[in-house]
Amino acid sequence: MSLLTENPLRVVLYEGNGSQPLPAEERYATIRALLERGFAVTRATGAGTPAPALKSHLLVLGRFPGGQAPLAEDRMGEVELRIKDIGGLDAPAIAEVVEKVRFETHAARHGDWRPWFPVIDYDRCTNCMQCLSFCLFGVYGVDTDKRIQAQNQDNCKTNCPACSRVCPEAAIMFPKYKAGPINGDAVSDTDLQREKMKVDISALLGGDVYSLLRSRSQRAQSRFSKERDADKALHERQKCLAKLAQLGDIPAEVLMSLPSPEEIARRAEEAAARAKAALGN
Amino acid sequence: MSQPRILFCNCTYAQVIPADVKAEVLRKLCESGVAFDAVADLCELSARHDPSLKALADGAPAKIAACFPRAVKWLFASAGAALSPVATEVLNMRAQSAEEVADALLHRELKPNLPRAKATCSDAPVAQTVERAALTASP
Repeated sequence: MSLLTENPLRVVLYEGNGSQPLPAEERYATIRALLERGFAVTRATGAGTPAPALKSHLLVLGRFPGGQAPLAEDRMGEVELRIKDIGGLDAPAIAEVVEKVRFETHAARHGDWRPWFPVIDYDRCTNCMQCLSFCLFGVYGVDTDKRIQAQNQDNCKTNCPACSRVCPEAAIMFPKYKAGPINGDAVSDTDLQREKMKVDISALLGGDVYSLLRSRSQRAQSRFSKERDADKALHERQKCLAKLAQLGDIPAEVLMSLPSPEEIARRAEEAAARAKAALGN
Repeated sequence: MSQPRILFCNCTYAQVIPADVKAEVLRKLCESGVAFDAVADLCELSARHDPSLKALADGAPAKIAACFPRAVKWLFASAGAALSPVATEVLNMRAQSAEEVADALLHRELKPNLPRAKATCSDAPVAQTVERAALTASP
């Protein structure tokens, strides 16, 4: 199942007519416990317009008279609806009830994937395809109008903001990143200069960071074959990885998990070809 | 104007929003008695192209407590749910205090603040041209 095909479980905490409202503190504890487990919760009071549940399983929770949950169904037959009485249950117990329903309905499980992926600011993006040719993990693609898109978000390496570093327009955001403008904060002129400088640095180092990695690795291999000094080769690789990690703020574990230099070369060529095709060159 | 819809993002899978801020905002929402939607993680919903985002972005006034407005705007857009620039106010729990965010969420008045385009000084060509021309003309 992919992110796009899994159906989530939506939870409604119903406190309108026919249900006894929860005391504020219990309401808070319940909603918080559900959010911490990854669920979306609507607090419905009978007034206001919460977002409707679409393409999802819907679980309605409430304190109903006599502990009897009313019978109801979706008139359109599009939403699988369940109603549960939560009278006498505390927040952790309610969270257990919800988790059980999630399991029974085969709804999306939360928390296995940490949502870390690039978000493109199309006010800034110039469709230059640098990100597409840079990313080795197939996160980017193009739509039918050859417009760059983040298409395979779950291929992205958690905590790695490297592609945002190669974007000359600071158009790539990672909303969970620690600092601006990558986290979505406004882009300043200083940021733009800094971003450009980073690209220049990587160019100085040999075109792009992957060719740096390749050439360093090749040099290390050659030394290794001459000197038969495994420690030296390892040291060289570690030095190279440390430099890359520092330049791009790339987590060491991402760099350590990179494939072999040959595979990097193959993927980089493939990505560059896709970018070239998208640009129509 | 009708009461804007309220969406609260708990940013469950990261520690970028101060824990005390999001806890306090949620507490105040729960104490207020208003109807609202709370999601564990807006990024996850965006990646899933969750249809509830589209329902929230259907043009009705909305107040969203999450992170930077630029990030929120494009998280919705990338899920095919463009937010209305005239009917959306984003409260930034990474930068604003809990009190500020909660007050704005519960206030009837809506102050739209989605960025409409590039926002750097260099994107103001007239001002730049004048400045450069002045520099060039000076002896």
